[in-house]
Amino acid sequence: MLTKFFFMLKEGGMKPSITELLTLLEALKRGVAGHSVDDFYYLSRAALVKDETQFDRFDRIFAAHFEGIEDAFKSLAGEVPADWLQRQAELMLSEEERAQIEAMGGFDKLMEALRERLEEQEERHEGGSKWIGTAGTSPFGAYGYNPEGVRIGQQGSRHRRAVKVWDRREYRNLDDKIELGTRNIKIALRALRKFAREGAADQLDLDDTIDKTARNAGFLDIRMVPERHNAVKVLLCLDIGGSMDDHVRVCEEMFSAARSEFKHLEYFYFHNFVYESMWKDNRRRHAERIPTSEITHKYGPDYKLVIVGDATMSPYEIVYAGGSVEHWNEEPGAVWIKRLLNAYPKAIWLNPEPEQRWGYTPSIKLTRELMEGRMYPLTVRGLGEGIKRLH
Amino acid sequence: MTDRKFKGTNTYIATDDLKMAVNAAVTLERPILIKGEPGTGKTQLAFEIAGALGRPLIEWHIKSTTKAQQGLYDYDAVARLRDSQLGDDRVNDIANYIVRGKIWEAFESDVRPVLLIDEIDKADIEFPNDLLRELDRMEFYVYETKQLIIANQRPIIVITSNNEKELPDAFLRRCFFHYIKFPDQKTMEQIVEVHYPGLKKTLLKEALAAFYKIRDVPGLKKKPSTSELLDWIKLLLAEDISPEALRAEDRRKAIPPLYGALLKNEQDVHLFEQLVFLDRRNTSRQ
Repeated sequence: MLTKFFFMLKEGGMKPSITELLTLLEALKRGVAGHSVDDFYYLSRAALVKDETQFDRFDRIFAAHFEGIEDAFKSLAGEVPADWLQRQAELMLSEEERAQIEAMGGFDKLMEALRERLEEQEERHEGGSKWIGTAGTSPFGAYGYNPEGVRIGQQGSRHRRAVKVWDRREYRNLDDKIELGTRNIKIALRALRKFAREGAADQLDLDDTIDKTARNAGFLDIRMVPERHNAVKVLLCLDIGGSMDDHVRVCEEMFSAARSEFKHLEYFYFHNFVYESMWKDNRRRHAERIPTSEITHKYGPDYKLVIVGDATMSPYEIVYAGGSVEHWNEEPGAVWIKRLLNAYPKAIWLNPEPEQRWGYTPSIKLTRELMEGRMYPLTVRGLGEGIKRLH
Repeated sequence: MTDRKFKGTNTYIATDDLKMAVNAAVTLERPILIKGEPGTGKTQLAFEIAGALGRPLIEWHIKSTTKAQQGLYDYDAVARLRDSQLGDDRVNDIANYIVRGKIWEAFESDVRPVLLIDEIDKADIEFPNDLLRELDRMEFYVYETKQLIIANQRPIIVITSNNEKELPDAFLRRCFFHYIKFPDQKTMEQIVEVHYPGLKKTLLKEALAAFYKIRDVPGLKKKPSTSELLDWIKLLLAEDISPEALRAEDRRKAIPPLYGALLKNEQDVHLFEQLVFLDRRNTSRQ
């Protein structure tokens, strides 16, 4: 049972290891969790998930597995496979019950209804906990599924209490799952790492010199170390939408991987050009916008600004008020980029468009002028040059 | 050896998931990694576990310059060099210059101790990797004296992190994990109750309402946390502020008294004052 759960976690894009599964099993064997589902949920989460950004994902998979319902899983892994439903139902129903279902209109019809219920369930999931309230009206409840199984419309109070814990989805905002990167990213990352950790060995390491000299029976042994550079703060603004879609994931993966190198990495999205607000979550770009002035207020001038965008648009979108394609902007984008550059003296623009095409696009020329020439192609070489400008 | 179950203490409110993670770690003798917003009681947890289970607590506070080796032992080569020049006899035995670290101390303890490794993310990114074997097998080798140090019993290890750096997977796999999320109003009432028992209900209600309102102000650099709330309430009690003074409905006094305990950043205070000012202007216009 747990191995299946383990593989479901893996399919859902999490990375539980065998060590962790064994730890969980050992904990269960030694009776840490007692007999409540809540306890089991907490224990498995503590053992299998090591990152709070993964809690929401875990909650959904947990719900999917232990409810026997793939509703949440659907949004993670696409459509509900029909044979999966069938297998689940077969597992859960006794022979008599199956015969009963056949009498009531056949298995296919039931599955059809179940599928509908799943779709309905997804909507309710957004709205709250109405899911539990449907007990009694559901045809599935009436057929009496095994209490350990699907439990559609069941009033089982023990189970219901447990459901609430992970159905609240308190960690939804923390999920930062992003697509896998490419080889390019890794190379770019190496350039960033150089930026963060390397440098000329130009400082005397007093402790090491004393230590080595002492070990060297008193003969002087000078030791040098590079200066530390690992306190870099990066503010990343990404163009999203339209032609940028492919590039954005690549960039985000790169900076996500660089997070262990950079002490502070903050990222925001914009569309085509920077205006008075940006957003952190693209799914809620209209609902949750963060004023650009708030960003410059919150993150000090010691941050290094990296804007990633193709800067390919109509020049009106940059120089005129109201030029934005998405909304009415009171002030032109050119004003906002100047404000950003004033707030962050160390800034570069990375452009995924090939450099040789830049000259033919007026908006790129314009952006480049606004950036005072600090535009670099999003290639290994370009990134390396750009990073030099950030020093 | 069995330990009692950790259930929180009369000075520390532990949620169910936290209790479960702690008990699993204690039973299975694995380290427990605690993350969460600053001021939610991560470090305090180690003190409370030690207190509740009646164990000695060994604290190891990590700084950006801390090396994993320092937790095991230090070889004081300089002292040995000095002694050799002074002709001290001690110089012949290298063991005289081995200084024990916190992990060694924990390994050699007679009773099973609680070892707190505080703010592990402050150290270099390789730091956790350097401790893998020590935390896993609970043993290490002293090269200078050719000695293998094995733990008498596996200490209960509590590790805290502020998430400033990501920790390596290999390290994470060996730990239980718990994320202390910011308490909701109900849990917060319990927390305040254990710290200031018998606090006037009205004062507590008004204080919490004002507190969560401040937390909701957009753009604060540092949102006030539990420890700041507790400090603030202490001040309110000391100054004998009445609950009425906290009521935010009264626009003229919309800035809560003694807010310096909640907002620790000049810009935040400034921003907050501006918002209050705007708010007041809007209401006076109506």
